[in-house]
Amino acid sequence: MADMEALAELGEYIASALPDDVVGTELTYGELTVWIARPSVLRVMTFLRDDQNCHFKQLMDITGVDYPSREERFEVVYNLLSLKHNQRVRVKLPAGEETPVDSITGVYSTAGWLEREVWDLYGVFFANHPDLRRILSDYGFEGHPLRKDFPLTGFVEVRYDEDEKRVVYEPVKLSQEFRNFDFMSPWEGMLHLPGDEKAQAAGGHGSGGHGEGKKG
Amino acid sequence: MAESTIKPLTLNFGPQHPAAHGVLRMVLEMDGEVIERCDPHIGLLHRGTEKLIEYKTYLQAIHYFDRLDYVSPMSQEHAFALAVEKLLGLEVPRRAKFIRTLYCELTRILNHLLNIGTYGFDVGAMTPMLWAFEEREKLMEFYERASGARMHAGYFRPGGVPRDLPAGLVDDIWAWSERFPQVVVDMESLLTGNRIFRQRSVDIGIVNKEEALDWGFTGPMLRSAGVPWDLRKAQPYEVYEEMDFGIPVGKNGDCFDRYLIRIEEMRESLNIVRQCLEKMPEGPVLADDQKVVPPRRREMKRSMEALIHHFKLYTEGYHVPPGETYTAVEAPKGEFGVYLVADGSNRPYKCHIRAPGFAHLQSMDYMCKGYMLADSVAILGSMDIVFGEIDR
Repeated sequence: MADMEALAELGEYIASALPDDVVGTELTYGELTVWIARPSVLRVMTFLRDDQNCHFKQLMDITGVDYPSREERFEVVYNLLSLKHNQRVRVKLPAGEETPVDSITGVYSTAGWLEREVWDLYGVFFANHPDLRRILSDYGFEGHPLRKDFPLTGFVEVRYDEDEKRVVYEPVKLSQEFRNFDFMSPWEGMLHLPGDEKAQAAGGHGSGGHGEGKKG
Repeated sequence: MAESTIKPLTLNFGPQHPAAHGVLRMVLEMDGEVIERCDPHIGLLHRGTEKLIEYKTYLQAIHYFDRLDYVSPMSQEHAFALAVEKLLGLEVPRRAKFIRTLYCELTRILNHLLNIGTYGFDVGAMTPMLWAFEEREKLMEFYERASGARMHAGYFRPGGVPRDLPAGLVDDIWAWSERFPQVVVDMESLLTGNRIFRQRSVDIGIVNKEEALDWGFTGPMLRSAGVPWDLRKAQPYEVYEEMDFGIPVGKNGDCFDRYLIRIEEMRESLNIVRQCLEKMPEGPVLADDQKVVPPRRREMKRSMEALIHHFKLYTEGYHVPPGETYTAVEAPKGEFGVYLVADGSNRPYKCHIRAPGFAHLQSMDYMCKGYMLADSVAILGSMDIVFGEIDR
């Protein structure tokens, strides 16, 4: 494992070399995260790839994380690996539904499919991507399944129809509502009981089902 | 005679094709027999693993990892288990580390056996596949004896492994390890010097160093291009530091090199397996943390505390403190990484899976360009593609 001091130094170095682009650096669990501004993604990636002290020649992964409560709800996360220095770095930038991120396919070829995946599953748009199609979901699929507001069960289901002799798409029919238990413990973390706003004096434990339910 | 131009032919390869190693549809633009462009359509096996994991507790999520690359299940559980352990700050007992290393290497042999067998099959050799599957069956028996399942083991859990190895298993693996080198020799005698096999694989699908890095290659694909990179050496986890093993590296970066590397890696893995068996210490196999690790059955019968813990752990699960990590292991196919974001609840907020095959398959267009149609099958076979992990 790359030791912490070297990573901390690297973080400082990146921040000092690109003062206008880097918003902040963070070192947690022995991993370095660099926050950057969205417009500078191309500059930062090129720097990280080519600079002698970085040499992050490999892009391992691009993914998104959805935080619906934020103004710019997505985080786009790039994981880079440097074989020369045996270090990893994570680059993060915020993105919204309407704000395109510059594609880095020109810097790393492998970004092509990875960005397509983020577009498919989260709906983050990548500007100047040569071929931004859906990749993992079905032909003609609508919606972005990994968004937090997309239901686990989805909206359509398919089956083979014996009469029509083909596969048909239908809206999802659930014989039982999807059960999603709230396991937030009332003793830790919960600041106020839901539905306990004075009026409901009786009853106490309103909604929530505190963890006693077995999974169906 | 008037000169005529031939319109490029578009060819659909798959989605149901035995040489596609799963459900892959490739749209090939052909100029006669030569591939001009190749557009793989993936996602036909997409099961929404990452979405499902967000709705499951950490322990339940483990089992989705077996089903990604179903040829090497334990290596993938390993990445997730390591990621959760990192966020929890959980220390794994030494014996568990040895068991994990042992099974990781058995998994590597399991994977390479399948790949070499089917690769030979793709380019016209049938016997190696039959021999390899026989040997795989023995290995899956070891899986079963340790975990209870032949394939979808669910054996590596945060904190260690749920059960110790049963009596006699270590001796049986040792006995197997004495016979196995002959199997590799036999397989090689059918393939390595085989004229047809060489014609189909030497100088086919060449990648050089720079491009291998650019396309995000890892594992045997990267090493075949001459980059000596292996996470087991570079960023050792478990007890790889104490093991003595070599990293085979290729020269030409063609399909034949990739085959040779896999053969050599089986020998090295066997080497590690034997070292693990020799050095394996006695002791517990699960971490001593009642809030994460379920109690032993025996304790549950007598202790109320243990019963409560058991109930809580299997309904609610444990809560992982907020944080995020990208943890990677050297899976048989390459770097298998898990990017895990925890928000303090009992379920992952986000779990992204970095599958090595995804990056490899992406380069199909670049690797196939200018090769014949038949070569595309050889290239695909040498990539070691499994759709469970690519489509997720």
